[in-house]
Amino acid sequence: MRQKVRQQLPEERIKNFQEVSLGFSDEQAIAEAKRCLQCKQPKCVQGCPVGIDIPGFINLILQGKRRDALLKIREKNNLPAICGRVCPQEYQCESECVLSKKNIPINIGALERYAADYELLYPSVSISSSYKLQSESKQKIVVVGSGPAGLTAAADLAKMGYYVLLFESLHIAGGVLSYGIPEFRLPKTIVRREVDYVRSVGVELCTDVLIGRTLTIDDLFTQGAQAIFLAVGAGLPQFLGIPGENLKGVFSANEFLTRVNLMKAYRFPEYATPINLGDKVVVIGGGNVAFDCARVAIRLGKDTQLVYRRTENEMPARKEEIENARAESLKFRLLTQPISILGDKNGSVCGLECIKMQLGQPDDSGRRRPVPIKDSNFVLDIDTVIVAIGQRPNPLISKVTPQLKTNPNGTIWVDDNLMTSLPGVFAGGDIITGADTVISAMGAGKKAATQIDKFIKTKRESL
Amino acid sequence: MFRVISKVKLATQITKLEIEAPLIARKAQAGQFVVLVSDEKGERIPLTLADWDGSKGTITLIFQEVGFTTSKLSAKEAGDWIEHILGPLGHPTEIRNIGRIICIGGGVGIAEVYPITRAFRKAANEVIGIIGARSRELLILEKEMRQVCNELYISTDDGSYGRRGFVTEVLKEILNTDKTLVKLVYAVGPVIMMRAVSEVTRPLEIKTLVSLNPIMVDATGMCGACRCTVGGEVKFACVDGPDFDAHQVNFQELEKRINQFKTQEQIIRDIP
Repeated sequence: MRQKVRQQLPEERIKNFQEVSLGFSDEQAIAEAKRCLQCKQPKCVQGCPVGIDIPGFINLILQGKRRDALLKIREKNNLPAICGRVCPQEYQCESECVLSKKNIPINIGALERYAADYELLYPSVSISSSYKLQSESKQKIVVVGSGPAGLTAAADLAKMGYYVLLFESLHIAGGVLSYGIPEFRLPKTIVRREVDYVRSVGVELCTDVLIGRTLTIDDLFTQGAQAIFLAVGAGLPQFLGIPGENLKGVFSANEFLTRVNLMKAYRFPEYATPINLGDKVVVIGGGNVAFDCARVAIRLGKDTQLVYRRTENEMPARKEEIENARAESLKFRLLTQPISILGDKNGSVCGLECIKMQLGQPDDSGRRRPVPIKDSNFVLDIDTVIVAIGQRPNPLISKVTPQLKTNPNGTIWVDDNLMTSLPGVFAGGDIITGADTVISAMGAGKKAATQIDKFIKTKRESL
Repeated sequence: MFRVISKVKLATQITKLEIEAPLIARKAQAGQFVVLVSDEKGERIPLTLADWDGSKGTITLIFQEVGFTTSKLSAKEAGDWIEHILGPLGHPTEIRNIGRIICIGGGVGIAEVYPITRAFRKAANEVIGIIGARSRELLILEKEMRQVCNELYISTDDGSYGRRGFVTEVLKEILNTDKTLVKLVYAVGPVIMMRAVSEVTRPLEIKTLVSLNPIMVDATGMCGACRCTVGGEVKFACVDGPDFDAHQVNFQELEKRINQFKTQEQIIRDIP
């Protein structure tokens, strides 16, 4: 039997921002680890974007060596407590698990989290003492952006012996892990801990620096950077382009989540940043971000519904999150497309006009394309709209660095080795792929670290 | 952490802070702004750079106590710290030699128009300044503006200093005499003032720029809180601005959006 992770009960958790998942108990972890077949050629490892030795760490858990299990994961993954919580294992390692043929793969995500949380329980046991800053004239690498890609690359490069400077434009490190993913899915103490780990291996973190404005790429090279990794993410909010989107009461998912997660508006006025919602909230979208927004709104005590133009089958969100949201009494309005946001005389939202849709032929994404049903317009009685239909790459750095080649969709162009059109400048994560998962960004960070190391060594040899 | 070097009360509820911020000071240009967090649990608010000194490594911010954060900021003294400052942000104002320019500042907006006026003058333009406030006690930077303007006009709403009335009345008079020579009008101040300036210059077809200061959170293009409609298109003031063609700006929408958190501002200010 696959062990199920304990959770806060829905009726309880909608009243707080504490973590929904409570993780495995020791007994559960051992029981789940026992199920692992310890395959000689483990498929799960191939399904992991950072190539964790999954059977290896599971075996250590089985032997009761939780700390060693964490060290085993850390060989490949710098942020295990984060991945154990937010990775879509069902599409990655777990989907490759041989037991998944019987539909009961090992709960790898929960085991990873179990191992990683060892550090939370025993914070005095320093796990990273083996990497200490060697201050001899080390080569300097600059990493721009402290989200999953940047943190991963920075930690890997520091472990290789480079002096790594990590820049973050916001006042708190973590990128989307801090501003985007809500507390109840990824507690900020966990993010802080993982960032501390990255700093403990020798990475120097500088917040409040916007590369492109505070310092330019030229400045970084002038100040001695041997290579630069741009991991600036996809944070540019997309809007629907329908009438009424600038009315009061319409928020981008980014604004809503940044206010609540990063600025802690849910604890206003103890924290000074406000959020101003009406009583009836509608979230537009069907991805993980849309579900995060909806579940935050529910916790703020709002009557919340989700409008999505296709059906549940086409939703890009994780199944687990969809189920969690349903249990928290989110209302679903599927096959529904917003066409206009209605405003009152004060310029505030007072309704959302929608049209019903039906599924037609599959489109480029392979999903059946939604088609409007004629004369099916209706008005939803709501007073707050959160638009969560995706993010595009952050445009600032390419705008102020014209030599940096971009693609038509706004992503930064890179070659097979993740190098941009500027020699020595690498890029990875959402800034080259468009919005993707935390673990893909971490995979890109790992690859970038390897490529940067190669680049520097080749440069040194050619001197 | 950023250290406050000096503090001067310029007028009732208007404070000037000089702050150590070497990276920002070295890069700052006229028209740019910073976003700051005053204390640990503070919010992020944008403030236009009133001045900077690259060699000293300091920036100068001038602000009016209009909300919770600006009140907390005004309580800072020399030697105190400001948690976070990010900048310089936004496109710098495009400074070129174009001829005769009118620079208008209203209220605390005078602090924002000052570096721009100075930059235009430095680029050998003929600069006419118009500054206005509610009353004489609230008028700031008169001396500084006088130094960088070829001519300076002053108005106060109550007539306690300069001419009685709004800056727009002075503007109308100047334009009545020799409008053909004025190549650009640049205005910073309350939305209602910028809108009025825009209505004066529109029929005369004089190019007019305004610096918009809507609500922002990250101020790097990520949240979209600062979106405004300019020429029928949605723009983010933080990264597409803050300067925009006044004749294209939807001021009515801007005014409504700026007041979006009025109730919450009241709640937090009422806490003893």
